[in-house]
Amino acid sequence: MDISAFVLFWAAIFTGNILLTYFLGMCSYLSVSREIESAFGLGVAVFFVLVVTTALNWVVYHYILVPFGIVYLQYIVFIIVIAAFVQFLELLIERYTPALYYSLGIFLPLITVNCAILGVSLFMIIRNYNFIQSIAFGAGSGIGWLLAILMLAGIRRKLKEKMVPAGLRGAGISLIITGIMALGFIGFSGIVQIQ
Amino acid sequence: MTKKEIFFNATFKDNSIWRQILGICSALAVTNLMLNSLIMGLGVIFTLAMANMTISLIRNWTPRSVRMMLQVLIIASYVIIVDIFLKANMPQISKQLGPYVGLIITNCILMGRAEAFASKNKVLDSLIDGIGTGIGYTLVLLLISLVRELFGFGSVFGFRVFGDWWTDWSIMVMAPSAFFILAMLIWIVNTYYYKVKA
Repeated sequence: MDISAFVLFWAAIFTGNILLTYFLGMCSYLSVSREIESAFGLGVAVFFVLVVTTALNWVVYHYILVPFGIVYLQYIVFIIVIAAFVQFLELLIERYTPALYYSLGIFLPLITVNCAILGVSLFMIIRNYNFIQSIAFGAGSGIGWLLAILMLAGIRRKLKEKMVPAGLRGAGISLIITGIMALGFIGFSGIVQIQ
Repeated sequence: MTKKEIFFNATFKDNSIWRQILGICSALAVTNLMLNSLIMGLGVIFTLAMANMTISLIRNWTPRSVRMMLQVLIIASYVIIVDIFLKANMPQISKQLGPYVGLIITNCILMGRAEAFASKNKVLDSLIDGIGTGIGYTLVLLLISLVRELFGFGSVFGFRVFGDWWTDWSIMVMAPSAFFILAMLIWIVNTYYYKVKA
């Protein structure tokens, strides 16, 4: 793969948004988007975990799994790395910044099972990115996810006092909003192309 | 609850996608073709049934503090089996599904059923619940992909249904249509099946 990391970073935010084009991280996206503050907290946590775990998983894959010929174990190893890092981060934040822990800490356990985290690591392996490209891809995906959940939270706050058909309330209307956002993001697709 | 009730509750009444809104990621991503949906669904049925059964089998010896980690590892082991099987026997489809087979691990349905059902119930009941939930998931996937493939390619399971006069709707192949169709499905089910009133 011969794309500059800079291009990859922007592409991961706009043309190949992890949520709006690859549908990753939908569960927590739908359930934590009621308030802007919590959406922002979760988004920042996802961004941070994405950057670090993508880098860690790249190192683990290329320096441990490939030399020992145990690539088929990648799913188990990746999920252990992610879970261990999230646990470590939780302890660290709790110990040193209790204030941050109370605003961000409650989202951390949710992140281990957020499919965007594992998804980015798997995309990185499938598309054969190098180390710098992987970090750029992880950071871009994290910002893209943060952007998507912030937009949905903002729209849902406005929607509270509007009339929505009973059957569409909650998940239904959120999915329609997301669909319209995805349509909007297709407009970016001419800028850069990555596959 | 009888075995039959467990099965039909898991498949329709408490359907993971339209009732609990779990496992949406893969439901949206693999539904551009019906064949992909079917293979993905079968993979999820296998993983859910086996993982539910295993977790239920060891539920009395699992310490509470490590149970989540253990559940993830059990699920991951079965997903690896599915992935290797697909790579060996259907390399073309395995390539199209890409990372979404591996992402069965973080599919909320699996953790959800393990936590809510398998860690509290008998082995056979858990197995039935796993199969029922998996079939419910597969049915929804097939329904969404039927609409997307029919209008997006004019075909069903790869066989052409519409003649040459048909113009493919390229929007159906792209991401936004998946969101819209799932939203419509949830709307219809809420209105006519659960009879939600304002």
